[in-house]
Amino acid sequence: MTAEAPPPPGPWRQAMRGLARNRASMAALAVLVLITLSCVLAPLYARDIARTDPFTSNVAGSIMLDGHEVDIMQPNDNPLHLGLSPIGPTGHAAYLLGADSQGRDVAARMLYGGRNSLLISSCAAVLCLILAAAAGIAAGFFGGLVDAVLSRLMDIMWAVPVYLFAISLSIVTVSQGLKLGPFVVEADSLLIPIVIIALVYVPYAARPIRGRVLALRQAEFVTAARCLGVPRWRIVLFDILPNVTTTLVVLGPLLMALSLLAESALSFLSIGVQAPAASWGTIIQDGEGLIYTRPMVAIAPGLAIVLVVLALNILGDGLRDALDVRDAARRSS
Amino acid sequence: MTSSVPPAPTATSTHASASASASASASASASASARPLLEVRDVRKTYHLPRGQTLKAVDGISLSVMPGEVLGLVGESGCGKSTLGRCLLRLMDVSSGEILFEGQDITHLKERALRPLRQRMQMVFQDSYASLNPRRRIGDLLAEPLKVHPGPDGRKRARATIINRLHELMDLVSLPVGALDRYAHEFSGGQRQRINIARALALSPRLVVADEPVSALDVSVQAQIVNLFADLQARLGLTYVFVAHDLAVVRQISTRVAVMYLGAVVELGETDAVLHRPAHPYSAALTAAVPRPMVGAVRAAPLGGDIPSPVARPAGCRFHTRCPFVQDRCRTEEPVLRKIGPSHSVACHFPLAEG
Repeated sequence: MTAEAPPPPGPWRQAMRGLARNRASMAALAVLVLITLSCVLAPLYARDIARTDPFTSNVAGSIMLDGHEVDIMQPNDNPLHLGLSPIGPTGHAAYLLGADSQGRDVAARMLYGGRNSLLISSCAAVLCLILAAAAGIAAGFFGGLVDAVLSRLMDIMWAVPVYLFAISLSIVTVSQGLKLGPFVVEADSLLIPIVIIALVYVPYAARPIRGRVLALRQAEFVTAARCLGVPRWRIVLFDILPNVTTTLVVLGPLLMALSLLAESALSFLSIGVQAPAASWGTIIQDGEGLIYTRPMVAIAPGLAIVLVVLALNILGDGLRDALDVRDAARRSS
Repeated sequence: MTSSVPPAPTATSTHASASASASASASASASASARPLLEVRDVRKTYHLPRGQTLKAVDGISLSVMPGEVLGLVGESGCGKSTLGRCLLRLMDVSSGEILFEGQDITHLKERALRPLRQRMQMVFQDSYASLNPRRRIGDLLAEPLKVHPGPDGRKRARATIINRLHELMDLVSLPVGALDRYAHEFSGGQRQRINIARALALSPRLVVADEPVSALDVSVQAQIVNLFADLQARLGLTYVFVAHDLAVVRQISTRVAVMYLGAVVELGETDAVLHRPAHPYSAALTAAVPRPMVGAVRAAPLGGDIPSPVARPAGCRFHTRCPFVQDRCRTEEPVLRKIGPSHSVACHFPLAEG
């Protein structure tokens, strides 16, 4: 190297470049951006394209299709024409994916539901990472009693199946809301699933972080920092934390995928997002009863979940490959 | 003038055995115009292994290092020299014994109390890559000690002061200022070791413990780094404890040499004396193992066998299992480090040279 050469980009920028070269990750990112964007624009879709209100039931309504007026709830095809089924996929802007049992536009609800699903899963992932980083770093760096207490606590949480744990926490909070001194959380607040999902996945994320910190604590540059008289909080902040951020960044998408699945499961069981609000989980639940006549109601949100979870996993893999500094150094030399 | 028997501390130590300090003060009147910068008294580092075994990594070492001198610590790998180096700076806790820095007992100081002292004692590590945080720029790494310690006026250093100092440091170790914006992995081993040296010198320490600073480097680069150490020592009046297993390196830089074997010092003296007129058979074997650039030079037979396990240390003299001159007395009676000249001590019943 010479003094004149401009300093090369830092490790983060290099990692991002590595990621940009990874086609699978870029495709996954594109899918995620597309889905997120359309969900963000849900109100526009409902108002200007589908022209429907996806939150009020519309069993008596009708729409115009190709100049014909069509009832949203239609008699069944069976010989006796018993019962009514909501309209199926129309192929038109209105009721693109058909209606649910209450005559609401499934496509519009998908977008609104996606907002909740994505919001809850991303917030849960971030909250979980923060909690896990705090617990993992404390346990790994300070060791001893702190480590023993935190690790056993995690073991206890880990011993309970994640979903059972989340379900039991949700049932209590969703039925009564939560009152913690001055803080009152309404029973239908999105905070409830966010906090619960974040909590149950803390051991999952804290464990690899603790392991990483255990190794880092022995690293020579941490000894060097101690030798320089650097206080412990500065060592944690400037030596430990930057070296676990890669772990955090890699865990992020994976945790979001897990959170999305957990959120859908809770909402499917009516203990996540509360009616009339929607999430992909609640729409699947709506579609459950219509699975033989109008399968699209359950398939569409199911596909959305699969797509997002898959994309998040691919992105997480790509990030892991891109973020290995030593790898990057090897590649460039 | 310095010897294995430490001169008296000027500060009274609170928890030394009374007899030890009495005998030390007796010799003090005869000794020492200046007081040692670093004193080590009977330091031990013992690891307790499963099944009741103990590993004595450092087994009762006493040394003193005078200001401005370079003490070379040599020995095979596993002899405890790096462990001792780390104990000296309290990066490891010792099992027993005392460490005095500038006359102050630092053996049991808490991390917080130690922090101000760290400005005056620093370390350069063997692994130049592992000792630099890969996620921070070199400039941030070098600025860290300047940020956490107050300046000479007792206040936080200003940003401009720190930047000036960083440029000085880069100049001191002959690296371009542009290096400050880069990351550790962009440098070669030699350059990284220069960065480590610059960081160790950032606070203008008095004592630098160098833990095999060149043994991981290419031979061609080793000489440059050793020269840099020597040059800095002369310019800044530094004191080094220079750990190495390469006698050529030690010969180049040390004023005195301590030869370690299985956790203990077996010979201690001026570099010339120890390397040219070694009194301990182990030192003799080490010096004989250095290739000589002479036609027809005869190399002494190398030592047979391996260094014994420090878990099962031989009885008597710790070297007797490999000593070519072993006698019955060596198998039973452990020799203590004794003076054979004004500044030359050896732990051998039958030293090869006197004085």
